[in-house]
Amino acid sequence: MTTDQPNAFTQGPNDHGHFGIFGGRYVAETLMPLVLDLEKHYKAARDDQEFQSEFAHYLEHYVGRPSPLYFAERLTEHLGGAKIYFKRDELNHTGAHKINNCIGQILLAKRMGKKRIIAETGAGQHGVATATVAARFGLPCVIYMGAVDIERQKPNIFRMKLLGAEVVPVTSGSRTLKDAMNEALRDWVTNVDDTFYIIGTVAGPHPYPELVRDFQSVIGREAKAQMLDREGRLPDTLVACIGGGSNAMGLFHPFLDDQSVHIVGVEAAGKGVETDQHAASLTGGRPGVLHGNRTYLLQNEDGQIAEAHSISAGLDYPGIGPEHSWLHESGRVEYVSATDTEALEAFQLCCQIEGIIPALEPSHALAEVMKRAPNLPKDHLLVMNMCGRGDKDIFTVADALGVRL
Amino acid sequence: MSTRIDQRFADLRKEGRAGLVTFITAGDPDLETSYEILKGLPQAGADIIELGMPFTDPMADGPSIQAAGLRALKAGGSMKNTLSMVTRFRKHDNATPIVLMGYYNPIYIYGVDTFLKDALAAGVDGLIIVDLPPEEDEELCIPALKAGLNFIRLATPTTDDARLPAVLNNTSGFVYYVSITGITGAASASASHITPAIDRIKRHTDLPVAVGFGIKTPENAEDIASVADAAVVGSAIVDRIASSLDAHGKPQDGIYQHVLGFVAELASGVAKAKKTPA
Repeated sequence: MTTDQPNAFTQGPNDHGHFGIFGGRYVAETLMPLVLDLEKHYKAARDDQEFQSEFAHYLEHYVGRPSPLYFAERLTEHLGGAKIYFKRDELNHTGAHKINNCIGQILLAKRMGKKRIIAETGAGQHGVATATVAARFGLPCVIYMGAVDIERQKPNIFRMKLLGAEVVPVTSGSRTLKDAMNEALRDWVTNVDDTFYIIGTVAGPHPYPELVRDFQSVIGREAKAQMLDREGRLPDTLVACIGGGSNAMGLFHPFLDDQSVHIVGVEAAGKGVETDQHAASLTGGRPGVLHGNRTYLLQNEDGQIAEAHSISAGLDYPGIGPEHSWLHESGRVEYVSATDTEALEAFQLCCQIEGIIPALEPSHALAEVMKRAPNLPKDHLLVMNMCGRGDKDIFTVADALGVRL
Repeated sequence: MSTRIDQRFADLRKEGRAGLVTFITAGDPDLETSYEILKGLPQAGADIIELGMPFTDPMADGPSIQAAGLRALKAGGSMKNTLSMVTRFRKHDNATPIVLMGYYNPIYIYGVDTFLKDALAAGVDGLIIVDLPPEEDEELCIPALKAGLNFIRLATPTTDDARLPAVLNNTSGFVYYVSITGITGAASASASHITPAIDRIKRHTDLPVAVGFGIKTPENAEDIASVADAAVVGSAIVDRIASSLDAHGKPQDGIYQHVLGFVAELASGVAKAKKTPA
């Protein structure tokens, strides 16, 4: 690690929303007053006990928190090394960690008097979570989704429609998640008075990376308390998958200043980081500016944004949250990657020996656990974020395995 | 320091008329055709030229300019080619100001210092960078001003009086007032709607105010030019380029007449405007 590390990794971002050189507020002037207004309201809400109690209330009674910290006994035996725990965020209402953030943001929207909700979605998980909270709080909701993604995620389109959301196909650019985010920003720039944009990951202009992280940090806070309760000490290693990186940031953040805890983020290597078909922004990209923040991006030598590829639609994004870029450069977190094939193997193993069908996203984290755990001692405590369940992925997996349903 | 932009607005004031600012994307639909259109713009009546730097993810642009950017990229558009278009243009025209417009990432990747050096050498006069608000002035705005380029900021209906000074600070050349909340090529605002906004900006600055977003016809341009120092037209011109392409995206005969003839109509609209100074 470098010597000029910050004393505390949990203090970011600074007043301008920067984590080192990353983050910031690179948005059109029309949005700038909105972003500043959001920051002001978020700060007030964060310090408001009533807001925090309301957030905690919905997390407990609507989302179903705390999620269990589960000892994966058979996987531990199978791999023969570290003692493996899963943080079971796949048991949340709507089946993934995304809902934690959506509850937080819709309470903020309500507090700010906003009347309309918009969001972008890739695989549809954030779209479903957003449509869910919009239904629960009685606000109209528009979800932007790339036309290519709509084709491959039909069940989630129907879910969003059942929940009363309008799903708008995005046909611009590469017609995937990044374009859906562009289109949501275009909507926001047009409907500035009444609309709240619920961003689904720890990216976008400040304060989004910070507030999404804060709402997701419930994962890490619970895991810490649960581990202390179960084992009487902190875990030794944390592992989580990263697309934009919200589940990982949520697990990691409360542990960043615990120097004994080794932290590992797993990007999607698609068909291999040496090919041009992957989504590993830190491994295969370089710093640039997109969607309101500076961060590592997949791009060409002319600064044009590249398309990402992963078998997991939720990791299929050419960027990554700015705080991850900062943690990468400061060396506090180790970032690795797992391929489509490795994730598929991990997916099947988890089904067979733990009776848990994981989403393809955490299957990438599990692939890293499979590489790492056998070489670690039996008293090494490892926590992996099982951030989503795999029901949504069975068609993709069947297809990849050559099975006709 | 006086620039081509300052000079052009001084001339317009002398003539007692508003200016026409035209936008095209560099390299749309291909480098050569785009250059020929660029070269023809001043004679057609463009007083200032905004040249779009193509980008894959233009988050503040509507469908017309998004499509123009993708056409340009597909045809090999790049920062290098954008700058060489300006270099070629300057061999024929040393008076018409050229403002590069676009997003920050291609400049950041090109390298800010190299970009400023190359842009100046090419004969660029100013920059409009949509995703660099005053909060990020250290990135490009300050270095650009130091290098001698104008940095033109967008003011919008959401920029209130409290924020205007921050937006106008470090702005030079002119102020670009975005007449609507929305993306390029969306619905148009009328002179009566924007007069209070122009008055408000003029209370804070002596810089000329150009107005754009949603100006589609010579009549719109005339209307806006009656209250603004210049009217900006982009999507409507780019649409003329799009409608001059065949099924394979190749330019058809008559593209120059189709595009530049429209610019001439816009220019006569602007010239007809009766000044009702704000």
